[in-house]
Amino acid sequence: MKINQISIFIENTKGRLADVCAILGENKINIRALTIAESPEFGILRVVLDKPEDAKEVLKKNGFIATAAEIVAVEVSDEPGGLAKALKILADNDINVEYMYGFVEKATDKALMVFKFENIDKAISVLKSNGINIVDKKTALGL
Amino acid sequence: MIFNQKMECAGKEELKKIQSERLVKLVDYVYKNSSVYKSKMDELGVKPSDIKSIEDISKLPFTPKDDLRDAYPFGLFSKDIKDVAEIHVSSGTTGNPTVVGYTKDDLELWSEGVARSIACAGGNKGDMIQVAYGYGLFTGGLGLHYGALKLGLTIMPMSSGQTRRQIKLMQDFKPRILACTPSYAMYIAEEMKEMGLDPRKSSWEIGIFGAEPWSEGMRKSIEDSLGLIATDIYGLSEISGPGVSQECTYKEGLHIWSDVFYPEVIDPETNKPVKDGEPGELVITTLTKQAIPLLRYRTRDIVTITHEKCKCGRTAPRTSKITGRTDDMIVVRGINVFPTQVEYALLQVEDILPNYLIVVDRKEQMDCLEVWVEVDEKVFSDEMKVMADLKQKITKSIENTLGIGANIKLVERKTIERSEGKAKRVIDKRSL
Repeated sequence: MKINQISIFIENTKGRLADVCAILGENKINIRALTIAESPEFGILRVVLDKPEDAKEVLKKNGFIATAAEIVAVEVSDEPGGLAKALKILADNDINVEYMYGFVEKATDKALMVFKFENIDKAISVLKSNGINIVDKKTALGL
Repeated sequence: MIFNQKMECAGKEELKKIQSERLVKLVDYVYKNSSVYKSKMDELGVKPSDIKSIEDISKLPFTPKDDLRDAYPFGLFSKDIKDVAEIHVSSGTTGNPTVVGYTKDDLELWSEGVARSIACAGGNKGDMIQVAYGYGLFTGGLGLHYGALKLGLTIMPMSSGQTRRQIKLMQDFKPRILACTPSYAMYIAEEMKEMGLDPRKSSWEIGIFGAEPWSEGMRKSIEDSLGLIATDIYGLSEISGPGVSQECTYKEGLHIWSDVFYPEVIDPETNKPVKDGEPGELVITTLTKQAIPLLRYRTRDIVTITHEKCKCGRTAPRTSKITGRTDDMIVVRGINVFPTQVEYALLQVEDILPNYLIVVDRKEQMDCLEVWVEVDEKVFSDEMKVMADLKQKITKSIENTLGIGANIKLVERKTIERSEGKAKRVIDKRSL
């Protein structure tokens, strides 16, 4: 259910994002989903990868600060109001979303979203009991 | 115990009287016996007769370290070298070393300063002391030795090094006091662990540590690992050696023996005295020395001073631990900034000191201060609000400590260059 996302601290300097992607590419690690939270001087790159543990290790070896955080991959209907429906369930159940972003490709005919929750276990049980599908690790990571 | 009750606990007026009498005599003495001081005073237009009390000290010229180097080897001595009983030399990283000399009376004075210090740290007649400072031209070893002799201790003149032997003799002789550099104390503790011994079970109850600046954090780890009371001793060969000032067991500042080593704390830029509690450069006048007495010696050590009576009963003024060196000081928008202040501010936010760099630049005629702080895994978060909060906390802490604002830049690990030995902490891009 829970998937490890890798978070990387990067300075806002030219080519830094390219460096990260190059390291991942060279090590045959595939990016499944990605987002950047930015500030004027630095950014936090968050990526879902097919080999998160390898990625963490190889990034650290290259001097990056990389940590793992637990997220869930949630299927939402790819139609108007699809995401709204999922978010309403969360809001009604008093669950905070720290941040969210979309997957690069679709695993099924539905849209796949990454959610980081304050309380991940509660979020999972609420979503499940409301008929929202949480994609397993294998599907999400494209293994 | 208090070694010299009369001097260490003298009332304000009484002390001032002693200091004044001594200063008047000293100025007369150096004017007559040192060509260097005669010409320095003549240049300022100050005559010995202008000095009537300790308050006139501000009329006298300063003595920077360079004066000692320029006068190498004996040019600043006020005594003929034949009348000098002992010579010590401190190595200079640049240029000539610094040479100091002692008459027999000077050695007596030095012994007294260290005897007061050992007693101040909690030592008593009859205690055994392990002196693990280097003996020789360096003043550490012999200084503690003379003081211990004066106080009536049993001395183990170990010098530094041969750590396993130090440990064995400690186990066999059970000395109560250890005197060495704080870093050597840490090293001894490590070595004991490696030997399968428990450093907490050492016989030492009191540590007299000096010859290098050390922090409260280091005190705690030494005390925890060796199970002793770690006190700070301060001194410099130019003034006499160790034993210029010493912490008592309350550890609320170092008592400076101001009846013989008169302290001033000044703003190193304006040379004006700062108020008690405000940081400034420690300046010392040796009121009673004979071989190489110094007027207003610029130690370049940054401290604060208090003249409040201490809980231990001593009235001898107290300085803080050294919080920086004027050599490291930068002036930003008229404010003195020391890397140690930035360290202090960072430690208020993070438990462990992160690698940092201070960058000063001038943009549109305005100085701007930037502090780069390396992010490590412990503080890094995948949430921007946590990172923004960290940056905000550092910004506030630095502003509170320095009194001026700084732009905080969170940087990746290894952005800040590492060098072997002393890390470079300041980059000044201003072309002044």
